[in-house]
Amino acid sequence: MASDWEYTYAVARIRVLETKLLTDADVNTMVGAKDAKTVITYLKDKGWGDVGVGDDPEEILSIEEKKIWDTMHEMHVDFSVFDVLSFPDIYHNLKAAIKDVCLSGDHIGAYISHDKYGRDEMLRIVRDKDYSALPEHMRAVVPEAYDAMLHTRDGQLCDIMVDRACLDAIEAAGQKSDAKVIRDYAESCVAVTNIKIAVRAAKTGKSLDFLQKALSPCKSFDVRQMAQAANAGIDSLMEFLPQAGFAEAQEALKDSPSAFERWCDNAQIRAVKPMKYEVCSVGPLVAYVIARQNEIKTARIIITCKENNLPEDAIRERTREMYV
Amino acid sequence: MSELGMFFGLLGAAVAVLFAGAGSALGVGIAGRAAAGVVTEDPNKFAQVLILQLLPGTQGIYGLLVGFITLSKIGLLGGGNVAISLPTGLMILAACLPIGIVGLISGKSQGQCSAASIGIVAKRPDQFGKAMLFPAMVETYAILALLISILAVSNIPV
Repeated sequence: MASDWEYTYAVARIRVLETKLLTDADVNTMVGAKDAKTVITYLKDKGWGDVGVGDDPEEILSIEEKKIWDTMHEMHVDFSVFDVLSFPDIYHNLKAAIKDVCLSGDHIGAYISHDKYGRDEMLRIVRDKDYSALPEHMRAVVPEAYDAMLHTRDGQLCDIMVDRACLDAIEAAGQKSDAKVIRDYAESCVAVTNIKIAVRAAKTGKSLDFLQKALSPCKSFDVRQMAQAANAGIDSLMEFLPQAGFAEAQEALKDSPSAFERWCDNAQIRAVKPMKYEVCSVGPLVAYVIARQNEIKTARIIITCKENNLPEDAIRERTREMYV
Repeated sequence: MSELGMFFGLLGAAVAVLFAGAGSALGVGIAGRAAAGVVTEDPNKFAQVLILQLLPGTQGIYGLLVGFITLSKIGLLGGGNVAISLPTGLMILAACLPIGIVGLISGKSQGQCSAASIGIVAKRPDQFGKAMLFPAMVETYAILALLISILAVSNIPV
């Protein structure tokens, strides 16, 4: 990893780019807009999309996603620091490829676009059993998940095996990293995802064995206790959350499922917010990428809600907290 | 013995110029990278970030000043032959150490501080005055070292 002062140029560029990020006031304006078209116009006025691009929201949002990585490429920084951010996407593609290969399906829309491990490459790897082409942290889980899917046809079992491997990989990457931002992001990501899994499992009455397989150990709380609490029911889990230091999650759960989803995303943005004051580390770059992805996700939520004529309050409940 | 005295006197001038200059080079380099980052995205801030980049450059000038005074003191400037005893030469070397060492450390630190202040200007250009003050605080210690070096070199009897 480069010396922290090697990031001086990149961090200074990020400071200027941060001034162009959407603020909570921008989100409020978009939520109050009369329809999806007005939101798109607002975003285009803010510089979203590109010259000659129409009003297709997906095209505008994919251009914005591409802009994030183009900017990072221009800064000539070590790209391996961003690997951990792509783990959820590549593990997701792995799940989709295992299911497609085992069930002879072809669900093009189920894949997330990725430079290296997109749909075609992931399908080839799983079909040819060329697991050496995968990152090391993925190799062990593929044959297990593939066999489980092939023999049981249980998509949920395959999902929890791959998701658990993903969480373990994120946790390991965080512990291995020298960058505080990666450690904080990994810890927050694993803790929040564990809570999400426990909430869903508690609501659907999953077994203790399922919970123990699905939850990944993390520093924030004892997952065995969480598994037992979730197994005892949602009320027991709600009692456990404040004891584990996640009182806000309990409050959000009481409000509504969408408020809880909002809390989950906000928790990760809050984990990287201190990077706004870092002068010379990779932290502000990673935080900027997370912040941009967060605002793209928020824009997508608002546009979709507007297209479906949801009331303002319902949209506001779903919008995420902004980084700046 | 007088040649050895002259050597240490000259070494003092070299220490002042070399270390203080190196500190400035490091500091201006660090601040320069930050300034380049800001100008890449917003060329309108060129003047403001240039001033912040130049702040760590003063240590090199202070070192040069002490170097000139020292060379003049030991007679290498102006052509006059001055006999420098070994104790005098060592005293001149000691007198040059403050600006050399403090110049090196403060130059680099001021560069880092300037880089942080360039971050302020990047986000809040209206706070340029306040942003200037932070690296200027570091300058205080370079000036203190400069004063002591000048007073010491000037008052060593030759």
